[in-house]
Amino acid sequence: MNDVGIQPTALAPAAFKSAIKPIWCPGCGDFSVLSAITKALAMIGRPPHEVAIVSGIGCSSRIPAYTSCYGLHGVHGRALAAATGLKLARPDLTVLVTGGDGDGYSIGGNHFLHACRRNVDLTYVVMDNHVYGMTKGQPSPTTEPDWDSKLAPGGTHIRVFHPLVVALAAGANFVARAFSGDPNGTAALIAQAIRHPGFSFVEILSPCVTFRPEQREWKTQVRAAPVGPTDDPVRAAHRVMTDDGFNIGVLYAGSRAPYVPERRASPATVADLEAEFRV
Amino acid sequence: MSDGIDRAPARGALQGVSVALAGSGGSGVMTAGTLLLAAAAKAGGYGLMVRTSGPQIRGGEAAALVRLADRPVDTLGDAFDLLLAIDWGNVNRFADEIPLTARSVIIGDSDEGEPPAIYAGTGARYLAVPMKKTAKAIAGAWVNMVALGLVGALVGLPRSALEQAVRADGKRGEAALAANLAALAAGYTAAGELDPPLALPRLPRIAQPRDRWLISGNEAAGFGAIRGGVRFVAAYPITPATEMLEWMAPALARVGGTLLQAEDELASINMIIGGAYGGVPSLTATAGPGLALMAEGIGLAVASETPVVVVDVMRGGPSTGIPAKSEQSDLSFAVSGLHGDAPRLVLAPTSIADCATTTQWAVHLAERLQAPAIVLSDQFLGQSRAIIDPPVDPGVGAERLVAEANAPDYKRYRDTESGVSPMAIPGTPGVTYTADGLEHTEAAVPSSAARDHRLQLDKRSRKLLNFDYGDRWADIQGDGDAAVITFGSTTAAVREAVARARAQGHRLRLIALRLLAPAQPQRLAAALEGVRRVIVVEQNHGAQFYRYLRGHFDLPANPASYHRPGPLPLRPGELHRALADWNGEGRAAR
Repeated sequence: MNDVGIQPTALAPAAFKSAIKPIWCPGCGDFSVLSAITKALAMIGRPPHEVAIVSGIGCSSRIPAYTSCYGLHGVHGRALAAATGLKLARPDLTVLVTGGDGDGYSIGGNHFLHACRRNVDLTYVVMDNHVYGMTKGQPSPTTEPDWDSKLAPGGTHIRVFHPLVVALAAGANFVARAFSGDPNGTAALIAQAIRHPGFSFVEILSPCVTFRPEQREWKTQVRAAPVGPTDDPVRAAHRVMTDDGFNIGVLYAGSRAPYVPERRASPATVADLEAEFRV
Repeated sequence: MSDGIDRAPARGALQGVSVALAGSGGSGVMTAGTLLLAAAAKAGGYGLMVRTSGPQIRGGEAAALVRLADRPVDTLGDAFDLLLAIDWGNVNRFADEIPLTARSVIIGDSDEGEPPAIYAGTGARYLAVPMKKTAKAIAGAWVNMVALGLVGALVGLPRSALEQAVRADGKRGEAALAANLAALAAGYTAAGELDPPLALPRLPRIAQPRDRWLISGNEAAGFGAIRGGVRFVAAYPITPATEMLEWMAPALARVGGTLLQAEDELASINMIIGGAYGGVPSLTATAGPGLALMAEGIGLAVASETPVVVVDVMRGGPSTGIPAKSEQSDLSFAVSGLHGDAPRLVLAPTSIADCATTTQWAVHLAERLQAPAIVLSDQFLGQSRAIIDPPVDPGVGAERLVAEANAPDYKRYRDTESGVSPMAIPGTPGVTYTADGLEHTEAAVPSSAARDHRLQLDKRSRKLLNFDYGDRWADIQGDGDAAVITFGSTTAAVREAVARARAQGHRLRLIALRLLAPAQPQRLAAALEGVRRVIVVEQNHGAQFYRYLRGHFDLPANPASYHRPGPLPLRPGELHRALADWNGEGRAAR
């Protein structure tokens, strides 16, 4: 748990922003998500140097450098792996992972499964816009099968990947859906995810107004989920497989203990290790 | 004892004996070989045991190849003095790996028939011994213990040393131990009753044993890593590196570290980048296929200047290749297999003991220079077990240049004179930054500007090129105007071949590189001063080391190459003949 024994500091969200100007297009949903993350961190109250944000490649993966926290902007699809290593080596840090649908569900899909399963205390924030934006408009695993693009004329004709169901099946301990157009609600969900022990997954509908201008309509489609979170993954999966994809809120909050490596109270020395080799 | 200088050799010729113990699955030959080595250790001697087996996961035919000697041995001999087979099922498979001569002896079980023609045809003398009958006469006894007693006696091991080894291994309770000791005694006695008596080369009595370790190369590499300060490991199982991880998992837990089994090698390299970014010295171990998967991640370590150590226990390649056999064929990939201009450290241990020293040094260099270090071990070093002198402690560990809290005008990738810039460790206030695989400014802001790219490329290259690696970069031995250059596990066979050539009056220099990248052309030039002829020895098909040396160093004119692929190890006699050919002696030397 990240919030045990931490003294809240009186830091404003602005204290978590860096001076670097984002490369995003005007109107991009990720501006609001950045804002929500800094608000959430202000709510959590740990200073920026005790927080690390890890990402892969893509528009939304640029977020670490736009914060005043420690950041690791690594290679495409491997953010969860890098964050897992960081958290296990440095359990004292609050570790967030940010990225997009291509980074997390396509090239990084295997790490997504195993991060859910492993349940290390991380918070994974995915900005899902159903498109590869940085490479200028190719279909991602969450793109509708009939969406026309240069790379897949007439559509991919491949069914979409359902990240929340996959997360539930793979064992994520906290699963929520948010909408970037509601930065305050999103901030509250992210803060809740950070506080929840184990692997927390927040899928954020974050429109790409450049390549998916029709996503501007999302703001009229989203609504608060009619029911609160459950601790039953089967019920949660049923709900999320039968809704229209626009219910916002915490879907599932589990109570599985996070993975924490065993540490000896009184470690042995290197000389103790040598002894086993001596003839 | 400095690393750059030859270990003082024992006086006189090496005294020792080579034994192969073979049999089908479940015959217990690996246990017998392990205990034979352990008994030699108790008796004060040195030795090496190489395992070989068929492709079955469990229960296939197997052979323990054991060489015992009065001094450290890191290579098998040219031929075996004794082949003992508990049975002959599929043991003919090992004919290439168990060369015999007319001076060799074959012992088989009386009930198992004659040895296969491929062995019998060597002219080796054959003796049948009723090992199974002997074991059957003792309730609960295993035939491999009869074999152990027989072989132990024939190679001159004291009975007490064999008993100590069996007792130390006792996992099955008192009754089983008593039966095994009885079987051992029966085998030992049978050796003295052979008719006609058998006189094999023996391990001489060691009056005053030195401090020695019994260890495999994989264990040694893991130990060196921990002694160097590694406290986080993430890795994916792969032959022949897995035993290194299996040794490290409990060992790391004991010293307060963590080992995590990753979902794949893409994860393991990025996990250790995460751990190292967090300030904890981190390592992964793999083999060729895993190294290939890690290439992008190693590039991230280069660009983000994150220290990581990757131990590649090389096996036959390409692709899945020959997983459980040795080859030095990942060299080209290790020194040049990343995209972009990506300076990295590449090191290779020259012996089982040196797996500890070199891995520890690699941890030091990676941390000191904030760069990835690849350690090229191989299956032969990794999976062989040896009695060694305690590995040299280079006395260096993880010493990373870190940023102070609230350092004024902190820039993570500042263009310092050495090229190494202070690294802020998460948790340190006032110096936060984002480590990046994107090209960046000194202040770690992503940049595609020509000036920034050039500056950072220069910085990352300079920090490796300008570092003083000291004498440890190579083991240099001998003088003369001809030199043999090698690296890694072939060093031991080359050393024995050179010793034989010297005994015939040749003056030869032996240069075994431990630091392969960055290339040290000035140091090699100094090492080659006065040398007019050079031959490069390595175990791969493409002469990778030879080509690498020709690309990066000024060698004397017309350098020669002796290279061949695995899976069979380079043997001293083969290399001695190659040196003779190179010296223009041709077949006369054979």
